[in-house]
Amino acid sequence: MLSADDINAIWLTLKVASLATFILLLIGTPIAWWLVRSQFRGKSICNALVALPIVLPPSVLGFYLLILMGPSGLVGRLTTDLGLGVLPFTFAGLVVASVFYSLPFVVQPLQTAFTAIGDAPLEAAATLRANPLDTFFTVVIPLSRSGFLTASILGFTHTVGEFGVVLMVGGNIPERTRVVSVQIYNHVEAMEYSQAHGLAGILLVFSFLVLLLLYSTLKTNPVSPLK
Amino acid sequence: MTDSIIASFKLDYGAFSLDVDLRLPSLGITVLFGHSGSGKTTLLRCIAGLQHAPQGFLAINGKTWQDSEHNLFLPTHKRSLGYVFQEANLFAHLTVLGNLCYGLKRIKQNSNSENFKQIVELLGIEHLMQRLPEHLSGGERQRVAIARALVLNPDLLLMDEPLASLDSKRKQEILPFLMRLHTELKIPVFYVTHSQQEVAQLADYLVLLADGKVQAAGLLSETLSRLDLSQAQDREAASVWQVSIVEHETAYHLTCVAVGTDVAMQRLYLPAIDAPLDTTLRIQIYARDVSITLEVPKATSILNILPATITDLIDDSEGGQSIVRLQVGSQPLLARITRKSAQLLSLQTGMKVYVQIKSTSILN
Repeated sequence: MLSADDINAIWLTLKVASLATFILLLIGTPIAWWLVRSQFRGKSICNALVALPIVLPPSVLGFYLLILMGPSGLVGRLTTDLGLGVLPFTFAGLVVASVFYSLPFVVQPLQTAFTAIGDAPLEAAATLRANPLDTFFTVVIPLSRSGFLTASILGFTHTVGEFGVVLMVGGNIPERTRVVSVQIYNHVEAMEYSQAHGLAGILLVFSFLVLLLLYSTLKTNPVSPLK
Repeated sequence: MTDSIIASFKLDYGAFSLDVDLRLPSLGITVLFGHSGSGKTTLLRCIAGLQHAPQGFLAINGKTWQDSEHNLFLPTHKRSLGYVFQEANLFAHLTVLGNLCYGLKRIKQNSNSENFKQIVELLGIEHLMQRLPEHLSGGERQRVAIARALVLNPDLLLMDEPLASLDSKRKQEILPFLMRLHTELKIPVFYVTHSQQEVAQLADYLVLLADGKVQAAGLLSETLSRLDLSQAQDREAASVWQVSIVEHETAYHLTCVAVGTDVAMQRLYLPAIDAPLDTTLRIQIYARDVSITLEVPKATSILNILPATITDLIDDSEGGQSIVRLQVGSQPLLARITRKSAQLLSLQTGMKVYVQIKSTSILN
């Protein structure tokens, strides 16, 4: 039922989503921690910036990323100077765009989890000779397990579901930027409804199962990214 | 001085300010006592470095932890202290053993030491080692928290109302452990509380705080009996004496204890106590349970009649009562009598009198 192109699209989607989630956890964790702990006055601005992709039409986000990463954009010139070429319409570009697109879905659950921990365990750790970095790894991270689970799953599934940003930044290049959502669009455009059904069904069942896993693991409601 | 603790802090939050300059003994239990908002917890947090007073000097037995004039502020994790919070504040993701070892690992020690075994035994938590904090009772959690601080063998143990979150039954479960700490470990303790009972039971040295300032600081018996402080005028005013058992009168169900040193020793009868001779006890005598006579009464049912000298005398703020400060041997004692009686007996400072003690309570 699935064509070779369909399989390729699924693989590509999984690769993009996994890599983006990994990068998001790496950069989202310090961002979330900083947003929770710092007393910085301009914090609201940073909070708004992080949340922007939730409300922005993906095409708008994609448009600006395209400009930024393009040959005359700031990032584009940097990557060219570094000998990496320009990012739009490449796999790397797709991953970078996904990171921006899914950032709030990783940062916000982490923020909620970090806020919930409060000062008490951090102070206890300090009185037990743990320096701040040590405390972060041995107290904060273990106590935020559910926050990290929620962040990973929401970041991953949200990246799997992106469409607008991919079209703007990645285009529709087989095996490089043609992810499942774009492939479904292609099938519908070509009136191949049964093919579209196959992929759409897989995406539907996959998303449902992942969320089911999340809700049943956490027992309580997972942290909402839009809280 | 290397065997004392110097703590001096100034901070101003507008609505609340702290301004203290203390020199405290680095031995025994120092209780920081005051009502809520008096600054006692803030002072403790400044000592721990959890709060950074912009102006401060803090030295523990010659080791400087803060000296704002020289821009020195040792972060909390570099201070050799133990801290017991009001809520046990255990790490929810670690077992009791994991909690106990958390600090030990960071000072490159493990749970195989004699010290560790002694503390675990002292606090009676051997059977809880593999449990998670959520499966402990409030009292057990607090005992683990105390053990977690103690196993580090810190230079100073700070306790912030460790019993406040517990009901009176759990309090009674923990107090004996705290009193044992006192006799069995050599770590100086700063203990914050607003409970007079805990002061009487635990304090060696007492610091009274009000509105962020030190009202008085001194040995417990001295400070409790100072008439210029509101403590002495309280209806619950009491004196605390350290006594030792000299004799058991089993026929009468009485125990005789000695007050003070050999030279000025006095004897006092208490209800029978099941403890060996020479055991040291702490007893509390409410000022309202002490009456004064000018001569030894010939016929009275009161057993405890001791010679005393009046050292101070004031009328209470409402005017109906007089508070008399006496010296019994080496120990100060408060008596609360009516102002009329004080006038009828023409009590004055320096007079030799007799005190009748109606009842005493044993604190440990």
